[in-house]
Amino acid sequence: MTDLERKTSEEVAATSTEAAPEEADIVFEVEGLRVHYGSKQALKDVDMRIYRNRVTAFIGPSGCGKSTFIRCFNRMNDLIVGAKVEGRIVYHGEDLYANGVDPVEVRRRIGMVFQKPNPFPKSIYDNVAFGVRVLGLKDDLDGRVERALRQAALWEEVHQRLNDNAFGLSGGQQQRLCIARCLAIDPDVILLDEPCSALDPISTSAIEDLIDQLKKQYTIVIVTHNMQQAGRIADHTAFFSVETQPDGHRTGVLVEYDRTNKIFTNPSDARTEGYVTGRFG
Amino acid sequence: MIAEAPQRGRWAGLVFQCFLVFSLAVGVITLIVLFGQVLIDSQGYLDTSLLENPPSALPELAGARPAILASIYLAVLVFGFSVPIGVLTAIYLEEYAQKERWYNRLLELNIQNLAGVPSIVYGILGLAFLVRGIGLGRTLLAGSLILTLLVLPTVIIASREALRSVPPSIRDGAYALGATQWQVTWRQVLPAAIPGIATGSILALSRAIGETAPLLLVGAVTYVRFDPTLTSAFTALPVQIYNWIKQPQDEFKLLAAAGIVVLLVMLLVLNSAAILLRNRYQKRW
Amino acid sequence: MAAGDIVHAQARPSLGVRRRRIGEDIIKAILGLAALVSVLTTVGIVIALILPALDFFRAVSPVDFFTGKDWAPLFQPAHFGVLPLLAGTLVVTFIALLVCVPCGLGAAIYLSEYAHPRVRSILKPILEVLVGIPTVVFGYFALTLITPTVLRGYLGLSTDVFNALAAGLVMGVMLLPIVASLSEDAMTAVPNDLRAGAYALGATKLEVSTRIVVPGAISGIVASFVLAISRGIGETMIVLIAGGTQPNFTFDPRVSLETMTAFIGATANGDVPTGSIEYKTIFAVGLTLFVLTLAMNLIAIRLVRKYREVYE
Repeated sequence: MTDLERKTSEEVAATSTEAAPEEADIVFEVEGLRVHYGSKQALKDVDMRIYRNRVTAFIGPSGCGKSTFIRCFNRMNDLIVGAKVEGRIVYHGEDLYANGVDPVEVRRRIGMVFQKPNPFPKSIYDNVAFGVRVLGLKDDLDGRVERALRQAALWEEVHQRLNDNAFGLSGGQQQRLCIARCLAIDPDVILLDEPCSALDPISTSAIEDLIDQLKKQYTIVIVTHNMQQAGRIADHTAFFSVETQPDGHRTGVLVEYDRTNKIFTNPSDARTEGYVTGRFG
Repeated sequence: MIAEAPQRGRWAGLVFQCFLVFSLAVGVITLIVLFGQVLIDSQGYLDTSLLENPPSALPELAGARPAILASIYLAVLVFGFSVPIGVLTAIYLEEYAQKERWYNRLLELNIQNLAGVPSIVYGILGLAFLVRGIGLGRTLLAGSLILTLLVLPTVIIASREALRSVPPSIRDGAYALGATQWQVTWRQVLPAAIPGIATGSILALSRAIGETAPLLLVGAVTYVRFDPTLTSAFTALPVQIYNWIKQPQDEFKLLAAAGIVVLLVMLLVLNSAAILLRNRYQKRW
Repeated sequence: MAAGDIVHAQARPSLGVRRRRIGEDIIKAILGLAALVSVLTTVGIVIALILPALDFFRAVSPVDFFTGKDWAPLFQPAHFGVLPLLAGTLVVTFIALLVCVPCGLGAAIYLSEYAHPRVRSILKPILEVLVGIPTVVFGYFALTLITPTVLRGYLGLSTDVFNALAAGLVMGVMLLPIVASLSEDAMTAVPNDLRAGAYALGATKLEVSTRIVVPGAISGIVASFVLAISRGIGETMIVLIAGGTQPNFTFDPRVSLETMTAFIGATANGDVPTGSIEYKTIFAVGLTLFVLTLAMNLIAIRLVRKYREVYE
């Protein structure tokens, strides 16, 4: 293990305490969720609960459906032609996939940060302000932008050049900018789809610290292919794996979901154990 | 030993290369000779009277003022009509239409086909529907509408390319922030595509200015000596040039050459603007 | 802050409230209308051509029209055989193809396989300029330079003032960039691996270009030819100015002729009484022209799709 991966399992056990799951609020109740792309099933039925102000991580080998799954939470799969989502995700008492639910409203409460930083080709200020303007909240725009940038730990580095093009920032800064623009619209939940996979280790560490701070106010769900990262920052971890169907195509399936320290120190399923001990990638 | 061996097929290769260069030369030399010829011919007639005077039976007095004005007005009108319609159609096809549906596929095919319809057929369309059908008559307005339809496929195709070149990650980022489809399109995709759209529109416009055939059917039949208005008869510059070429006297042919120089200068200005725009905004990504 | 956030989220309208975004619907309607313009254009063209043409064919038998060798609609007695116009169009286009097919292909091969990138970046825009020149200018060039100085002067041919040769040659140069551009696109799409493999076997550049690249890009190249034919058939000003308006059922390129497009242009530019038989000839000839170019365009579109599929 390198310097960065220094947290031992004891430290992992120590951080993910706080309230026991049964006492913390439930933000999402996922019931029988499955996803098809065309005729191929990408994700088998998933049941799980996501808790407030916790970091929940999805880990697993590539192709196991974890990115597909996280995109269900903010209905981003709607934008993919041929994608079909069945089942329920109950959010504060309402099913996200009920008839008549407006995906736009869903996305205003459940924000997302993507794998490759994708700032808009505009100034830093306009990037952060975009979501706010789209919501129609014109009052105190400057204030909202500043608060968002401070929360994303980017304010100090950019406040003197808010009108510069966002592409002038480094990769790590761009990703924090994407987080800031997500924060600017006061979401409830933040989804992060492998946010550090395109970044260097130092930027990665900065973002992990940021996530640790953010979970005090927001509920965080993160997909990561780096299980040590899950071990460092996540309170709960879900392990997904790949199942090959009789006709040859591969479907993702939820194998085990529990507190992080249990997943890493004493997993119930043999597949989980195989993955976390590195016997297969 | 290898160095001494004769290169296989050396002569054939050289002859072939000569042919290739010759092929290119045909185009380049024609271009040079054409420009040279036009410039030489236009010598005596390239003066301010060309720009200020209306046409006349006397070549020394004749000018192309109404024609130049008509072409400028046409350019403005065509730009104003074709860009909104063309860009909106492109947005529909790229951002909103479900590509598998048959009517959208047909729409695409239709546009590609319209791009290849001879320009004189557009003239026939104009003659039948606008001039005689609706009764607009041979007016500037009718001419601008027909030229709009003529260049519309070009604007649509260029705008689609521009929209397509905007990376999907921009759209994803905007959607994820709770923007509606139109907000994503209007506030992120379209602004990013504007350089490409502008370049394409200007090139389509320069094609419209150079077009003669449709205007033969929709423009004035006889001399137009007055400055044109929206509802008046008109003669665009290329048609004026054609009228002069038709005249039996040789002086009118030289006058036509002068008119050609003016036309080419107008096109040069437009195309340079397009190239400048393209270069200035290409560094974005 | 945490409490404030939760309050904020709850202050928003419930997800289940079906807010029909009227703005979005209006936008979709406007976009659909814009797209409709191009549909209406085609419908308009078809109606504008077919209705009067049908009228025409009620008065003149289609057999006479398509097989008659005499085109004299304004004479007494009138003759409506379209073959002279068709012959004029085909002769000019054929001559144009004699120029633009080899030279366009040659230019494309040079730009794609031989030229230094810097040379390419200079030459390509120059060819693009040719595309932008108005056809009336080409017509002028054909009439005032090619016929008197080149054909009659250098080559000593005895041609009429208006002839198919001048028009065809100049049209060929006008079409050259179209062939060159589309062929070059098709050739650059051929993957370099194919070239590398051939070079590694000791093939010369000539062999690689003609035996590997050109066959590999053939559907795009043929598409460019078909497109050039279509453009040539539909071209008006060059043939009107340099070819003349005297229909002649002949394949001799040195004499005056009239193409379908020139006929339409010349006739409609005059005052023809609406509803008269002469007026309707415009549409009958126009319909013939449209059908011909439509067929060519559909073939070309098909071919372009084919070559794009193979490599992308």
